Amino acid sequence: MPVRLTLAAAVLALAAPWAQAQDAHLARNLAATCANCHGTNGNVRGKDVKPLAGVAAEKILAQIADFKSGAQPATIMHQISKGYTDEQLKLIAAYFAAQKPAP
Amino acid sequence: MNATMFSRRRLLGTGAALGALSLAGCASTGGPSIGRVVVVGGGFGGSTAARYLRLWGGNVDVTLVERNASFVSCPISNLVVGGYKQIGEITRGYDGLKAAGVKVVQGEVVAIDAAGKTVRLADGSTLPYDRLIVSPGVDFMTESVGGLATTAAQSKILHGWKAGPQTVALRQQLESMRDGGVFAISIPKVPYRCPPGPYERACLVASYLKQAKPKSKVLVLDANPEVQSKKALFEKAFKERYDGILEYRPNAELKEVDANGGTARLEFEDVKADVLNVIPPQRAGDIARAAGLINVNSRWVGVNWLTMESTAVPGVHVLGDATFPAPTMPKSGHMANQHAKVAAAAIIQLLKGEAVNATPVVMNTCYSFVTGRDVIHVASVHQYNAEQKTFLPVQGSGGVSAAANQVEGRYALSWADNIWADMLG
Repeated sequence: MPVRLTLAAAVLALAAPWAQAQDAHLARNLAATCANCHGTNGNVRGKDVKPLAGVAAEKILAQIADFKSGAQPATIMHQISKGYTDEQLKLIAAYFAAQKPAP
Repeated sequence: MNATMFSRRRLLGTGAALGALSLAGCASTGGPSIGRVVVVGGGFGGSTAARYLRLWGGNVDVTLVERNASFVSCPISNLVVGGYKQIGEITRGYDGLKAAGVKVVQGEVVAIDAAGKTVRLADGSTLPYDRLIVSPGVDFMTESVGGLATTAAQSKILHGWKAGPQTVALRQQLESMRDGGVFAISIPKVPYRCPPGPYERACLVASYLKQAKPKSKVLVLDANPEVQSKKALFEKAFKERYDGILEYRPNAELKEVDANGGTARLEFEDVKADVLNVIPPQRAGDIARAAGLINVNSRWVGVNWLTMESTAVPGVHVLGDATFPAPTMPKSGHMANQHAKVAAAAIIQLLKGEAVNATPVVMNTCYSFVTGRDVIHVASVHQYNAEQKTFLPVQGSGGVSAAANQVEGRYALSWADNIWADMLG
């Protein structure tokens, strides 16, 4: 049991660059910063902006990487995506992937 | 460390809360309440906070007190002034919040008793709270402009800087203006609500006049030395789209107005206008002042950025335009929505006696129309810096549009639909 705990702590320390323990709701909080354009929990209204709810995390991260590199031209997402760390983007993508798309 | 000590004290002190906590852990909805939160003000900040407290907290008792029957959006309201939208298209009700379990009270909070943890409404009733959110927006320092402090002057010289009846009245003044008339807009020194807003309005009024009353002029009287947001893009719009119609004057601080003569008195000259639109200097809303929340430059509310709690009055969280901003953080509806989510997450944790998130992030997106269809944006991302105890913009992120374009015109309207739904349900 103590061994397992130590291991878990080590993994956590590797995964999280933050000094303090990661907040249990960090992914949810980070994803909520996207809701103003992409809708609450990634359920967007209208057809102009892509929905994120239920989209595979790898797909979201690939799209973000293309915005960052310029491979995918964007009006605004290349600027916004550069404001988040890779770890934060992974948390955000995983959160949206787990959301149920609205009917 | 402080958060841990706080949570331990709280947990030791309240056995009943411990019981509630364990129950709350079993059921995601229902169960006993973890606390009462009163939200003062149903704009971008307050509405978002109320909704997200319910979405994220589940069993938090949330009461929103708002003086108006419905929400009217400041963003997009310049399209109403320009004649491109009707006021009904930027108005939303509070039914979505009620459906989310928020108790919505139409009324005005006139006093806050932070020691007794109650607020008093104008009708004499009181509401108790465990945590209070105040999202009061701004009020105008009309006393700082000579001649503007009277009701008579303010009925003629409109600000149109709180969306609603003033927006409609300003549109009517423009429609009544003769061809060949002058529309003058006075911009206060920063900081003020919505930095690009006055320049957007100047463009949209010029766009309307160019089509409907082409002999008319737009005069932009800016107290600042230069355009305060999206500078190059607005200057390009002024020059390429409104040459000969729109005149921009920097360092043109308004000293005095004569409402009857339609005169704006600057330091060295008087300017006559058929429609004089004065956006006065601003400070945190009246209730913030009454509650002793204002503690920065006699105008704004200092906050702890991890919780949005006031640095002047414990237990009171303040959102949006009323706050003294972190470096480069704009006073915008979008930012108020982001403040609200930081506050909602933190308040739920404080009510449960847990440590709050130590690494919050907020971001801003702001679209401005330079014609009825062409739009420019500015965007920024702000990460919490533990050393400096504030949000700092991320180097290398954010920016503005390459050029005004119609794709972002669609995105701007989509943004509005989505943020209104995000805050109001």
